[in-house]
Amino acid sequence: MVEHRPWTTFIAYAILTFGIAIVVFPVYLALIASTHDAATVMNGNMPLVPGGHMVENYMRVITSGTSQSGEPVGRMLVNSLVSAAGIAIGKILISILSAYAVVYFRFPFRKTAFWIIFITLMLPVEVRIYPTYKVVSDLRLLDTYTGMVLPLIASATGTLLFRQFFMTIPDELLEASKIDGAGPWQFFKDTLLPLSVTTIAALFVIQFIYGWNQYLWPLLITTKDSMQTIVIGIKKMLTTTDTTAEWQLAMATAVLAMLPPVAVVIFMQRLFVRGLVETEK
Amino acid sequence: MANLVLTEVCKTYPGGVEAIKGINLSVGDGQFCVLVGPSGCGKSTLLRMIAGLETTTSGSIQIGGQTVNDIEPAKRDIAMVFQNYALYPHMSVYNNMAYGLRNRGMAADQIKTRVNDAAQILEIGALLDRKPRQLSGGQRQRVAMGRAIVRQPKVFLFDEPLSNLDAKLRIAMRIEIRKLQRRLKTTSVYVTHDQLEAMTLADILVVMNGGLVEQIGKPIDLYRRPLTSFVASFIGAPPMNLFQIGRIWRAMPKGLPGNVGIVGVRPEDLALTANRTEGDLSLELTVDAIEQIGAETFIYGSATGTGEVMVRVPGEEAPALGSTIRASAPRSKLHLFTADGRIRIEL
Amino acid sequence: MDKSVTFRGQLLPYVLLAPQLAITFIFFYWPATQALYQSFLREDAFGLSSEFIGFENYTDLLQQPEYYKAMATTAVFSSLVAALSLSIALLFASQADKNLRGAGAYKTLLIWPYAVAPAIAGVLWLFIFHPSLGVLARPLRVSGFNWNPLLNGDHAMTLVVLAAVWKQISYNFLFFLAGLQAIPKSVIEAAAIDGAGPLRRFWTIIFPLLSPTTFFLLVVNVVYVFFDTFGIIDAVTGGGPAGATTTLVYKVFADGRLGGDLGGSAVQSVILMVIVIALTTVQFRYVERKVQY
Repeated sequence: MVEHRPWTTFIAYAILTFGIAIVVFPVYLALIASTHDAATVMNGNMPLVPGGHMVENYMRVITSGTSQSGEPVGRMLVNSLVSAAGIAIGKILISILSAYAVVYFRFPFRKTAFWIIFITLMLPVEVRIYPTYKVVSDLRLLDTYTGMVLPLIASATGTLLFRQFFMTIPDELLEASKIDGAGPWQFFKDTLLPLSVTTIAALFVIQFIYGWNQYLWPLLITTKDSMQTIVIGIKKMLTTTDTTAEWQLAMATAVLAMLPPVAVVIFMQRLFVRGLVETEK
Repeated sequence: MANLVLTEVCKTYPGGVEAIKGINLSVGDGQFCVLVGPSGCGKSTLLRMIAGLETTTSGSIQIGGQTVNDIEPAKRDIAMVFQNYALYPHMSVYNNMAYGLRNRGMAADQIKTRVNDAAQILEIGALLDRKPRQLSGGQRQRVAMGRAIVRQPKVFLFDEPLSNLDAKLRIAMRIEIRKLQRRLKTTSVYVTHDQLEAMTLADILVVMNGGLVEQIGKPIDLYRRPLTSFVASFIGAPPMNLFQIGRIWRAMPKGLPGNVGIVGVRPEDLALTANRTEGDLSLELTVDAIEQIGAETFIYGSATGTGEVMVRVPGEEAPALGSTIRASAPRSKLHLFTADGRIRIEL
Repeated sequence: MDKSVTFRGQLLPYVLLAPQLAITFIFFYWPATQALYQSFLREDAFGLSSEFIGFENYTDLLQQPEYYKAMATTAVFSSLVAALSLSIALLFASQADKNLRGAGAYKTLLIWPYAVAPAIAGVLWLFIFHPSLGVLARPLRVSGFNWNPLLNGDHAMTLVVLAAVWKQISYNFLFFLAGLQAIPKSVIEAAAIDGAGPLRRFWTIIFPLLSPTTFFLLVVNVVYVFFDTFGIIDAVTGGGPAGATTTLVYKVFADGRLGGDLGGSAVQSVILMVIVIALTTVQFRYVERKVQY
């Protein structure tokens, strides 16, 4: 703003504060709900200040789940963690290797290989769910961490990101390495990898959140309650034919489900923003 | 057409930093005023305050007799040419120039006339349909000026418009800007860090340093009679040789006032002499380096306590490296200042 | 766009590529071609034999009113979410761009919903607006409005839209803010000196210069509605009531759940694939070209 009108600054603050209020409101409510007992939450007129049942609710949920879904949320958290970390790490691993191959080597079918990988960007898992399900089932990977992770690391976001990054690394570095007698593996280990650390971290942040928040795929391939992730576990808590879904516990679960990804975003904000912007190019 | 008067203008930033410490300046109608000084002296800040892009903490800025301190930039009837041109990237050259006029509700055919006239003066008529990214640096600069002149404002403001051009283009554009301003007779304020640009463009030259004015006057006056040692070393290229009186008193003529602290003499005012003449400054120097540029020669020499002294002689006369020379200047060519350099002492 | 200095590889590059190619083939190309193949088949009731029937599955599907309904729902949903979340995000971004004190804190506080799973976002908003226990549901009913997303299709849609918009604002906000900050300040100042007030500057200078970002976000938002909202829909309305919130993706899921018509579900998948390919191609083509402003 070029002009110096104080009231526009005031309006700007007002709008932003209002925005934050909207953004925070649902989560605030969930937090509040998770601290009350069932009766207070269910009567439609829940107070807007915390109640005294926080520890009780969270302990109950983590150790034994709700009466609808008897699965301890603690177990679900573990599932989510393994799956999210698996997806993030898996994706980083295979894509950094592929990007390295495509950028730094000359070999027949190089371009073809790149296009084969690139096309996977076009189709997220939601589009090929049933056939992929069949494959996973045939491979007997239902209800396994492997089954949850593998199909989701097939897409090309990581490869593209690393490829873009590698292209910005000056040729002179490789030349100097070669003169120093380094082979491909050494160059990768000693030069490329250290330079890629921030890119890897940014990608990790984005993929971890992506993996943690997966819904459709874990829903499809887990039949056992003990393999559920926390994100799909919540739905089970609320699916009832009568109205005795224990909302206060569901809200506690929701808060637990939000904590890790939100913490990652807030504490690694710079990496997160960078990862978002780079992967969308 | 209007004059510009700054009275005790000050600017202090919210953190407490004083950027402008009290400036008084009067630019007559149609005059070309240049603000020059080193980085951080506040010249751009002052320009932006005249434009209204920065607030004025105290003092008054008057354009055409009207105090404009609290008036928004749009309403001050000024036009500005930015260092990076600031053309609207998504608009054609024509629309870039027409934008300001449209905002003021001018009729389309009137706009067309004005834009075409300006385009003709600046020789950019063929570029009217192009977008900025299709233009070269020099062309963009002309469009930026075109945008300013169609508005026919009271004051033109230039913020180092030539810094981004290559040396040759800079010289050509310098001349064009001056011709243009003389033709349009619009009061102009021009900011630059290049003292050569400043000397060649200004009717009124303002040398700034640390938020204050060191000296105001005609360029040639600042050259002949700098009032502070800062101005003495800033104006004139190659710069004036400055000495501490305590170091070179032996070389100095007799009968100088007692409070002299700093002595300055321009390289072009030093001549190679065989002997010492009474009443002259006469330095005995060992030649350290020679630079022959064809039309003249720069001789660098030194002696104890003098630092590197530069002598500028016409032609190709070049004494041998390591030899001893005598460089002298008559008393009338000396510039004397108090020890802190802030006051000129007249002989 | 290739490196000029490289290693000459015999085996190593293939080894490096093997993991990704293998996974891509097994979990991507194979299922995708399966879907394509199956869309031309009809299985018998026991799944024992299949018959090649050409495009019959396609014509069947395109004659089902539910399919068109799902298309319409997806279209309405996309437009609403895109329009709302883009304009709200732009509003916030334009205020955050103003060099206010604490702008960094505002930015952090506005972007974290990105980290919340869509399903959870859905559950949160369901909690707020649940007909019997929602905190905001009660005032609605007290003021005479018969709010019931469990029975009323439009209400269900509204709830789902709210949750989707809530989540999407943060993503759009980030990109809009970056786009705004990429506009040189001097251009804005020049416009101000040229007599344009803040509002006029916004529409004639800022918004046009922001258009590559806007277009990019538009495509991303539409793709988001197509796919990422599955979690919201499943958690909040289960696609109901009576298919009111069933998008194309949800329909694939729901139909497949019921079992039986593998061919029909494959057809839906294939059509979705075509739509997405079209969208992403547009995004790549158009955005790449416009990005150099």
